[in-house]
Amino acid sequence: MKKLLRFLAPYKKECILGPLFKMLEATFELFVPLVVASMIDRGIANGDRSHIIRMCLLLAGLAAIGLTNTLFAQHFAAKAATGFSARVRHALMDRIQHMTYTDLDTLGTSSLITRMTSDVNQLQNGVNLTLRLLLRSPFIVVGAMIMAFTVDIKGALVFTVAIPLLSVVVFGIMLLTIPMYRRVQERLDAVTDTTRESLTGVRVIRAFRNEQAETDKFREENSLLVRMQQKVGSISALMNPLTYVLVNGAIIALIAVGAVRVHTGVLTQGAVIALYNYMSQILVELIKFANFIINITKAVACGNRVQAVLESGTPVPDGEAAPQIDESARGTLTFSHVSFAYAGAAEPSLHDISFTAKRGAVIGIIGGTGSGKSTLVNLIPRFYEPTSGSITVDGISSQDFPREALRARIGIVPQKAVLFHGTIRQNLLWGRADASEEALTAALETAQATDIVRAKKDGLDEMLTESGHNLSGGQRQRLTIARALVRQPEFLILDDSTSALDYATDAALRKALRNLPQNPTVFLVSQRTASIRHADLILVLEDGHLAGSGTHESLLRDCAVYREIHASQTQKTGEEVQPDGK
Amino acid sequence: MANETKHTLRRILRDLKKERKWLIVTLLLAAVTVALTLWVPILIGNAIDKIEGKNKVDFSAVTRILITIGGSVAVTSLAQWLMSIFHNKITYETVEKLRNRAIARVQVLPLSYLDTRATGDIVSRMISDVDQFADGLLLGFAQLFTGILTILGTLLFMLMLHPGITLVVILLTPLSLFVAAFIAKHTYAMFRLQAEYRAEQTAMINETVTNQKVVQAFGHEAESMREFDEINERLSEASRKATFFSSLTNPCTRFVNALVYAAVGLTGALAAIKGPITVGQLSCFLSYANQYTKPFNEISGVVTELQNALACAARMYALIDEPAEVPDAPDAAVLTKAEGNVDFRDISFSYVPEKPLIQHCSITVQRGQRVAIVGPTGCGKTTLINLIMRFYDVNSGEIQIDGSDLRKLTRHSLRENIGMVLQETWIKNATVRDNIRMGLPDATDEQVIAAAKAAHAHSFIRRLPQGYDTVIHDKSGELSQGQRQLLCIARVMLALPPMLILDEATSSIDTRTELKVQAAFQQMMQGRTSFIVAHRLSTVQEADLILVMKDGQIIEQGTHETLLQKGGFYAALYESQFAH
Repeated sequence: MKKLLRFLAPYKKECILGPLFKMLEATFELFVPLVVASMIDRGIANGDRSHIIRMCLLLAGLAAIGLTNTLFAQHFAAKAATGFSARVRHALMDRIQHMTYTDLDTLGTSSLITRMTSDVNQLQNGVNLTLRLLLRSPFIVVGAMIMAFTVDIKGALVFTVAIPLLSVVVFGIMLLTIPMYRRVQERLDAVTDTTRESLTGVRVIRAFRNEQAETDKFREENSLLVRMQQKVGSISALMNPLTYVLVNGAIIALIAVGAVRVHTGVLTQGAVIALYNYMSQILVELIKFANFIINITKAVACGNRVQAVLESGTPVPDGEAAPQIDESARGTLTFSHVSFAYAGAAEPSLHDISFTAKRGAVIGIIGGTGSGKSTLVNLIPRFYEPTSGSITVDGISSQDFPREALRARIGIVPQKAVLFHGTIRQNLLWGRADASEEALTAALETAQATDIVRAKKDGLDEMLTESGHNLSGGQRQRLTIARALVRQPEFLILDDSTSALDYATDAALRKALRNLPQNPTVFLVSQRTASIRHADLILVLEDGHLAGSGTHESLLRDCAVYREIHASQTQKTGEEVQPDGK
Repeated sequence: MANETKHTLRRILRDLKKERKWLIVTLLLAAVTVALTLWVPILIGNAIDKIEGKNKVDFSAVTRILITIGGSVAVTSLAQWLMSIFHNKITYETVEKLRNRAIARVQVLPLSYLDTRATGDIVSRMISDVDQFADGLLLGFAQLFTGILTILGTLLFMLMLHPGITLVVILLTPLSLFVAAFIAKHTYAMFRLQAEYRAEQTAMINETVTNQKVVQAFGHEAESMREFDEINERLSEASRKATFFSSLTNPCTRFVNALVYAAVGLTGALAAIKGPITVGQLSCFLSYANQYTKPFNEISGVVTELQNALACAARMYALIDEPAEVPDAPDAAVLTKAEGNVDFRDISFSYVPEKPLIQHCSITVQRGQRVAIVGPTGCGKTTLINLIMRFYDVNSGEIQIDGSDLRKLTRHSLRENIGMVLQETWIKNATVRDNIRMGLPDATDEQVIAAAKAAHAHSFIRRLPQGYDTVIHDKSGELSQGQRQLLCIARVMLALPPMLILDEATSSIDTRTELKVQAAFQQMMQGRTSFIVAHRLSTVQEADLILVMKDGQIIEQGTHETLLQKGGFYAALYESQFAH
């Protein structure tokens, strides 16, 4: 949390002036009981009407000055708080832009979004409240006590007993209940989860006759929640009665002491009233302060989460400048003994993978779900760094390339076909910002996406909604392929990105990819042998191991896993129907 | 609208009948608290009047008054404490009861209701609406009650002390309400602008951060950052204005209150010189003037809260009062172990009356037969499953199992006889073992493991951190879609009911594993009547009966050969989907 304070640095002036004006306002408020006392002792006692009028005008004047001061204070607080949160959001977004894939996996996108939105909002609120209230309430409490001492030292001794007692009650109850409220929230979340579960699983629950079990589970969680709520409730219920007793006890003591002091002539009647008024002021401020602390605890928790994001991630060493490339080796890519484990995973996802891809070759990668296909291709653009072994590009270790320079040469079509809010043209230009109109047309042509654009009223300038949801899955897939081709990459990675295409389109695409003028090295991930059977080199993955590599024919001969995959699919397509059970 | 409110109110009162005496006690305690709290300033005023000046202190009177104050404070604090305790009791018990009723209702609501509503909507009715109802209505009501009592009490006490000064208070206090309303009206526009920019930014954050990997893959970071900063700038400015103006309410109302205070001081002090009121009474007036406006501000907040609470109550009761599905007939028979003869006799069915779906359809399935259901996506394959499982009832005609109408069987015994695996996997928030045991709660560990092995799920379960005791969650991504499907298959493998429904049960499993699972299915289907929604040609070809569906209707039925010969929709489908 502390480190976030640097984002307030440009608002140093506001952060000092805000509380300062607030304290000025509080100072004027502290004079009110004295004015009233004077009104009583001099005005009423002596029948001095003009003094009374003067004092009342003074009261109105104090109020007006107080208001002006507050307006300044609120202005400074609002400016500092909103400026602060804008800077925090900027820093967060900037941090996220430079996170490694591992960071993104560990932190999770949904939690990052919460950090950037609701957590920062809470934080802004917290800063705003802090600037306004942190100093004000303690100032009034202490100030009222000091003023009480100036009125009468003996009488003020009551304050020195009452204030600590009140603080103990107010803050004790608060400290006791804050963690309990957190537990309440956790239990409420559990009840919500169970409700959601009962609804999303209604068919399965009824099919397996589990209605009663689900209801019982809900009842149990519900009663746990309510019991916790009642427990906190019964502690919070003490707050009002206890403070009421303490404050009025103090007032009784004040009047008792006051009575003696007035009798001996040390104190006036007005002074007793002033003391009584100070006591009332203190109670109001203590309760305000307690509420403020509750809000601040929430904001601090948010602040800590935000700071954790800003500090997360380990910087990965990066190449300084693009190394000199031996042109004869350009376009080759080699894995030698590469293993990789995701952060926190018990077992590596890739074990000892070695292969070489020559320039212009098509490399097919096949295997079951979770066999490590996507992981393998994600290592190529250095989205992840291998745990052991090395990857060379153009004969040079890929870690010697600056990441950006390396990625600029690679075109990627991710598994999930995602487009962004904007026109089709804007989306294609993600590939290369300065691409010519011809380059766009050519890329669309290769990606078999020309007809999609042609069918749109505005052609390339057709607007896509968020994530491109106004297109079908197959259309999105073809456009993401075009986007990668616009880059005219030297390496092209298609991560199972033709699954939504029909057989004919898929075949046409594969043919077009072979005839690209820049002759890229292509990595083709697929679950279907039909998609990769013509590849120059096929890598068969099983549980992260390389179960075989070679051409379609050689694998059919030598690799049992490949043979089984092939058999399981050809059966489906009706090419080689085999009876199922033996 | 007014009628609806009245109806909801009546509904609430009926539900609170049992709590009524507690409610009345709470209100009585509130009344005691208010009266005594207002009495204390008067007593203090009286005490002050007895300490006029040097040698003019009436000690015995002061002592008497102070003892009275002490007693009153003791009673008040006790009343306050009891009030909170009772109040908590009523609120939380009501919430608990309402939620339990709601979940019980959810378990018997017809699927036609649940299918047509968003899950989030029902969840919010059960969770936040119930909370807001209890908080808003009960707490709000208590606040409203004390607020009104305080205002009336203060007025009464003030009038008793001095009508003239009271008039000053009554005339001036509405000012602070006007000021508050004025500010609220003008900040609304700024809040709307802030909300608008915030929504825009959230959408942008959502899109960018969710797809951060793509952003990085294309080196688009700087571009995204620029776009973000532009919105951020606008939001910051709008937010600054909204924050500033909304923070004006408190100081401004405080200012008005301070003016009221000064006015009371002026009229009071002038009156005190002439003598109709004492100094102690003036001090009492001043403390009233300080407190008098607070309930007004609170009440205006409470009224919106009450309206909101009523709206929440209406939404919640709409769920609780929703008619349950037709209960099992009182003489419903228990289907013990079905033979598996299924007979659709001239059935018609539609989800909504305006859109007829299945009309006059008859199918006869003999025990042990395999029925494949094929058709393009969205053709209504699940409708048939809905009818067999009795998630929905037919509109006319009847479905018979072993000669008895489904509606004359208990739902539980019917469903006990059918094992179902759906394409959409659903995992319960529990251990792997409990998930598999759903259909057979008292299965032994050996049986569970055997079923998992049969479903080819054993090897990945063993690799989970706590094996069969690993707690899995429906949402979380610790299991792949394919693994989840294997778990669902293990459930059925354990229960082994006489009939099966498999709805694309292996769609997310890679083809090699699928082949193995299929082999297990083949074995399981021996002698069991099975309904299979399938995409695998071999499964379809081997079926004893193929039902071809299109647009919710069964348009063809027969075996693979007869349907191909017929050269109809199935033949065309076969050409386009299976043969290249």
